[in-house]
Amino acid sequence: MKDAFGLPQSLLVLGGTSEIALATVRRLVARRTRTVWLAGRPSPALDGAAEQLRGLGAEVRTVAFDALDPEAHEEALGKVFAEGDIDLVLLAFGILGDQAHDEREPLNAVRVAQTNYTGAVSAGLVAARALQAQGHGSLVVLSSVAGERARRANFIYGSSKAGLDAFAQGLGDALHGTGVHVMVVRPGFVRSRMTEGMEEAPLTTTPGAVAAAIELGLRRRSETVWVPGTLRVVMSALRHLPRTVFRRLPV
Amino acid sequence: MSADTVPDADRGTGAHRPDADWGTVTGWGRTAPTGGLLVRPRTYEEAAVAVRECGARGGIARGLGRAYGDAAQNAGGAVLDMTALDRVHAIDADGGTVLCDAGVSLHRLMEVLLPLGWFVPVTPGTRYVTVGGAVGADIHGKNHHVSGSFTRHVLSLELLTADGTVRTVTPGTPLFDATAGGMGLTGVILTATLRLQPVETSLMSVDTERATDLDDLMARLTATDHRYRYSVAWIDLLARGGATGRAVLTRGDHAPLDALPARSRARRAPLAFRASRLPAAPDLVPDGLLGRTTVGLFNEVWYRKAPRFSRGRLQRISAFFHPLDGVPHWNRVYGRGGFVQYQFVVGLGREEALRGIVRRVSARRCPSFLAVLKRFGEADPGWLSFPVPGWTLALDVPAGLPGLGAFLDELDEEVARAGGRVYLAKDSRLRPDLLAAMYPRLADFRALRAELDPRGVFVSDLARRLAL
Repeated sequence: MKDAFGLPQSLLVLGGTSEIALATVRRLVARRTRTVWLAGRPSPALDGAAEQLRGLGAEVRTVAFDALDPEAHEEALGKVFAEGDIDLVLLAFGILGDQAHDEREPLNAVRVAQTNYTGAVSAGLVAARALQAQGHGSLVVLSSVAGERARRANFIYGSSKAGLDAFAQGLGDALHGTGVHVMVVRPGFVRSRMTEGMEEAPLTTTPGAVAAAIELGLRRRSETVWVPGTLRVVMSALRHLPRTVFRRLPV
Repeated sequence: MSADTVPDADRGTGAHRPDADWGTVTGWGRTAPTGGLLVRPRTYEEAAVAVRECGARGGIARGLGRAYGDAAQNAGGAVLDMTALDRVHAIDADGGTVLCDAGVSLHRLMEVLLPLGWFVPVTPGTRYVTVGGAVGADIHGKNHHVSGSFTRHVLSLELLTADGTVRTVTPGTPLFDATAGGMGLTGVILTATLRLQPVETSLMSVDTERATDLDDLMARLTATDHRYRYSVAWIDLLARGGATGRAVLTRGDHAPLDALPARSRARRAPLAFRASRLPAAPDLVPDGLLGRTTVGLFNEVWYRKAPRFSRGRLQRISAFFHPLDGVPHWNRVYGRGGFVQYQFVVGLGREEALRGIVRRVSARRCPSFLAVLKRFGEADPGWLSFPVPGWTLALDVPAGLPGLGAFLDELDEEVARAGGRVYLAKDSRLRPDLLAAMYPRLADFRALRAELDPRGVFVSDLARRLAL
């Protein structure tokens, strides 16, 4: 069960090698979390992440999960929930793709969409049903500012996150009043493996800062969390810029 | 649930099914809401059906929802709202006992009993708790040093257990000791027979004095508590330096008839129960209204307005015991974020731990305006009963205070090191591994539950969180 500060005792990470997710898990293990499920494609990285978390004193198990195989989601997640309540599901998988390359390779672009959006729709619905049955829990969905308004530079990724974001908001409303809490997290540019070598945007943040914002959001039972918080204002302004202006912006 | 435990008479007819719908509930602190099936039994039979038919996620009884944390909620399962079972069955006006349903509130009992010259044996800081809740949390009041906890005055209980049968439970049996303070996890209490306290009037005769710091306060409580039936100290946790732990002691007893002024309204109707209520607190209060400035100001005024020393002032029962009940929904003043109550006890001889904690809370400037210190008397027999002889401090803090979780964890460690414990009826955040050290009879409690309720029918969010 979560305590008065929204801190979970057990959690399930979908996308168990995500840096943001692991930073969040480390933070939560330092407080109340004792049971951690890392779901992801079996890999040395996944096992390594599990090993590292065990070193922090958590009981960690891994489960095979592939965002691109929605048919298997029911079974994979069902297995986890059958073992006991999950207080927090962190939906953290996602790929950035390579915009320039993917524009020429539509199948690659579809893979981005399938991972970030349709994979999340399937996994999100499966997790939501399980959470609703247990009457409590938080579903934290890692969206992105890129989903707030499509940009020339990354609209394939951006559109997939826009779909995910809208889906998660709707799911949150559908679950309102059931005891289940859905929180959409919209980080800006996060300095991590996923963005290695890319030019940093203004208001760049870190996985640790996102983790801290998630912990705060859990305590406040927030529905939307921006990281850093100033992005809420910045994006609100950018969203209302005319297309002709927005197109010319160097972002 | 397995079909063989459902008698045919109850199956399929729908006639005995209690009213139920899905909803979310929280404790009085308004943190950690969870969803469950809210079942409202109106008869014992409906309660029995509800217990037999609650599914894999079990059920828990709920009264008026005054437990601060998650004791009376059950995520995904059944929450039995017992407040419709609210009959007072029999009063022995000569012997001073009452037999009533578990859903009867202490407020109702006062309305009924005071005109007959009787008072509830123990009352907490609110009258709006049910008798069932009072037993389940084994509540204490300002008279703990004289009268012990609530269940010391319970002569008998009727308990609906996991198998759907009703058992009569009397003091001195393991089932009674597990149920007293058992947080509703042994079954659903249906009725209770209580021994009452005789009174001549419905007024209190109150002595008030100020203590300039914590040591002064403890010295006064130690020296003269035995002279009073009721004793408590409001403590200013925002005072610092030499004034750390300054307090206002209010102690008293039921006023005898001859203490009332002649030819007064009170004299004409000495046993009238009067309780006025203000309008309810609004639902939308901004978070952070109760910050250091506002609470600091409140505490300063509260301390200054208390007389340095006054004797025999007459006060209504509601004003002496339940000042907060005057504002319905007062818990809303903490805003949407809710608040956390923290109450611990450390034994006599462990004053250093108490001093340390008061110093830390004061140094951290926790904006607490409902902090009270009390000296407990003898421990009570309930296995999970909270009181032990010693010092108990209760404080309230807005849940949104940065770093509060980690801070309270540190206080827990200090309490546990001093052999103390925290109060489960108020808890919403204890680290589970400290529980066994705080409650040495926990193993007995778990064993009894495993035997009495092997399928784990009775479960609450508190029980899940702390693995009770």
